[in-house]
Amino acid sequence: MVEISPRLHNFAGLEPKAEVKNLNFYYGGSVHALKNIDLVIPERKVTALIGPSGCGKTTLLRCFNRMHDLYPGNRYEGEILLDGVNILAKKIDPIEVRMRVSMVFQRPNPFPKSIYENVIYGLRVQGTSKRSILDDKVEQALRGAALWEEAKDRLADSAYNLSGGQQQRLCIARALATDPELVLFDEPTSALDPIATASIEDLMNELKQQVTILIVTHSMQQAARLSDYTAFMFLGELMEFNDTNLLFNKPIHQQTQDYVSGRFG
Amino acid sequence: MAHVEISTDSFQQTQASVSRRQLISGLFNVVGLLVILVATLVLLALVIQLVAQGAPRLNWKFFSSFASSDYNEAGILAPLVGSALVMLVTAAIAVPLGVAAGIYLEEYAPKNWLSALIEINVTNLAGVPSIVYGLLALGFFNQTLKLGESIVTAGLTLALLILPIVIVTTREALRAIPSLLREAAYALGASKWQVIWDHILPYSSGSILTGVIIGLSRAIGETAPLITIGALTFIAFLPPSPVKAEFPFISFEWLQAPFTVMPIQMFNWVSRPEPEFQINAAAAGAVLIFMTLAMNGLAIYLRYRFRKGVKW
Amino acid sequence: MTDPSLPSSKVAQYTQKKATRELQEWLIQAVLFLAGFSCVATTIAIMYILISESVFFFQQISIWEFLTSTDWSPLFDPPGYGILPLVSGTLTTTLVALFVAVPMGTIAAIYLSEFASAKLREVVKPILELLAGIPTVVYGYFALLFVTPALQWLYAPMGPFLSGRFPDLFPVELSGFNMLGPGIVMGLMITPLISSISEDAMRAVPIGLREGSYAMGATRLQTALRVVFPSAISGISAAYILGISRAVGETMIVAIAAGLQPTFTFNPLESAATITAYIVQVSLGDLPYGSIEYQTIFAAGLTLVIVTLVFNIIGYFLSRRFRETY
Repeated sequence: MVEISPRLHNFAGLEPKAEVKNLNFYYGGSVHALKNIDLVIPERKVTALIGPSGCGKTTLLRCFNRMHDLYPGNRYEGEILLDGVNILAKKIDPIEVRMRVSMVFQRPNPFPKSIYENVIYGLRVQGTSKRSILDDKVEQALRGAALWEEAKDRLADSAYNLSGGQQQRLCIARALATDPELVLFDEPTSALDPIATASIEDLMNELKQQVTILIVTHSMQQAARLSDYTAFMFLGELMEFNDTNLLFNKPIHQQTQDYVSGRFG
Repeated sequence: MAHVEISTDSFQQTQASVSRRQLISGLFNVVGLLVILVATLVLLALVIQLVAQGAPRLNWKFFSSFASSDYNEAGILAPLVGSALVMLVTAAIAVPLGVAAGIYLEEYAPKNWLSALIEINVTNLAGVPSIVYGLLALGFFNQTLKLGESIVTAGLTLALLILPIVIVTTREALRAIPSLLREAAYALGASKWQVIWDHILPYSSGSILTGVIIGLSRAIGETAPLITIGALTFIAFLPPSPVKAEFPFISFEWLQAPFTVMPIQMFNWVSRPEPEFQINAAAAGAVLIFMTLAMNGLAIYLRYRFRKGVKW
Repeated sequence: MTDPSLPSSKVAQYTQKKATRELQEWLIQAVLFLAGFSCVATTIAIMYILISESVFFFQQISIWEFLTSTDWSPLFDPPGYGILPLVSGTLTTTLVALFVAVPMGTIAAIYLSEFASAKLREVVKPILELLAGIPTVVYGYFALLFVTPALQWLYAPMGPFLSGRFPDLFPVELSGFNMLGPGIVMGLMITPLISSISEDAMRAVPIGLREGSYAMGATRLQTALRVVFPSAISGISAAYILGISRAVGETMIVAIAAGLQPTFTFNPLESAATITAYIVQVSLGDLPYGSIEYQTIFAAGLTLVIVTLVFNIIGYFLSRRFRETY
């Protein structure tokens, strides 16, 4: 057993977009997957969640858009404040949360529809149906996802005709089209080749000018390249949070040090 | 020296045993092929017997004539139209009801006794003999609801009969949609029904269609449940037309009309003592088997195509 | 992309829609539930009709007579109301069908699951499916006009000899209506059912078990019979039981080719009526609603439902077991 020493979080001087306060999460009513998490997600920055597999980083990510509500028996305790409002509260509709917080998944998962239909789906469910608005949004979102030049002449084509990297950029465009306040990335490049990965990373570097990003990654290099802040998770706990440079170069925690120096994980 | 001898001896023994066992295994291969061959031959014999015997009747007159006591004059116009209209009613009831029930069971049903009760009922209804549906139709639709010996009664009966098929294939089709796609839709703020209506249903519609066609091909060949409600065999007229010249242009009078269908007509001719009518029966059977084989073939082809086309 | 004023106005817009959306979702769920519940309603309606009509029947005929008398002649004078002749006809045709379908279905399943190449399977499975999709009235025609004449031709040379030796068992010549022909055809009809369920069960056996057997030097057949077959036995027995239930409930083949005379016999060479064939026979006539003859078919139907229900329930639990083992 690894001995767990006191947690060290450096939240000083951050301007929070979202704040996690003493969050506990249980799968199926019994598995205690997240333990007393406290975390600040700074506005218009990239925050990375790292840690060995099974540490709860994806579980934590999926709390931010209430994806766990889709499956019976899951339970949250504690708060996640988005602009000061607790989005885990019972009276908050998870659908509202998901309209404000977008998500990009591990594997590209475009709908088997046209590129155009993929991008506007979020707007459709929000009730936007005016063609001119949708057309503008499609261009804006595809430009935002660096896919406009490749896709503008084939918007009616099936999304399944795109390459893997293009599909993932389409999924990013789909997530951006609703003007989200926070975008969640769940290991977005784990199914992509190095070239596609590089283009997605470039894209995220651009995106942080406009939107707050929370990314789960298993690649420490990716976390170091992309993120401004990094949180290290271990066995369902948040062990250490700090400026990315500080966390990688001067890890305070023994487990953090072991992980970032590649001794386990 | 002796040691070596024993060793080659046992090696030869093993070899003999292996080749004997391989021979038996090979023999089974032949037996298996034979069984498959028999099944194929039965199918062929059936089709050939019907077509060969019914060939003299398979002409335009046969398709365009009403029933008659003269075997040479008798045709299948009324049962053809009857089958088509009954199938229309069956599909109109079984498809929405079955797909909706399948969606409920697969996507909504909570894990409780009520859902379990519904599930057990679906399985059980799939195993109820078709003639029992006929008794239900006779006692309930015909006598209690006073729907009479009509197209609507027949359509309703056959719809209930194929409901389990539609439900089960709908559930299988929905289950095949990967959760990654559902989550993508949910993550964009779609409600449960939006996820189902915008995504899950369209992506599974091909497989559901396959199940519906198989169900309808079963219904079109069903005889027993329609005999009990008293489908007539001697009908020399067509039901009232569904399209009218005057407002509102559509009429549902045909739903109340008496009717006959292909399998009933064939049964009627098979049961006649005169051998000439057996030719009519064969001809009707050839038409019927062509319809069911075509529907089944279409379903098999569609399923094959959809499975190949799936890329997730 | 994030205009600071936007979020709050957006939230207000969502919240306003929330109530409408929740009502809509609730309504849809209610409608879907009703559709699912229609199955329960159908079962209730079937049971209600069968039981309520049978109650009238049993008010006039004692259950004891119904279950033990060997005379079923409700349409004659004096009438007899013993179900046994119909049960014996049903049992005999079912047994003949099983004699054909169990070996054929099992061999086909073993062959398709363990021996056949993927390519052959892709060709054969649709053929079996087509065989299962043929209307039963066509099978009835086939039994009456193809299989029975063929049987008569085969039987003709040995008939006189056999009936001379065992006059009680063998007729001199095979009647045009007998239970053997329709039984065989029924067996052909349920072969695809048995083979497809058994094959599913066998293919669900993990590949590791097979490899373990091959590694010990077993041949394909030995692996199939000693490893795969026993592991899949509950699924295979489910297939047999569902096959029985289908044979018991089969109507048109026997109605057309077995004759419609209720005879208390287990000899497949004789003609007889089954429970289902009797219902057809009565329905073909014009029976006044509410008469005792009219009610007999519901009593017969109730018997049929109870028998098939028992088989279906056993089959259901057996097939669930094979799905859960691995």
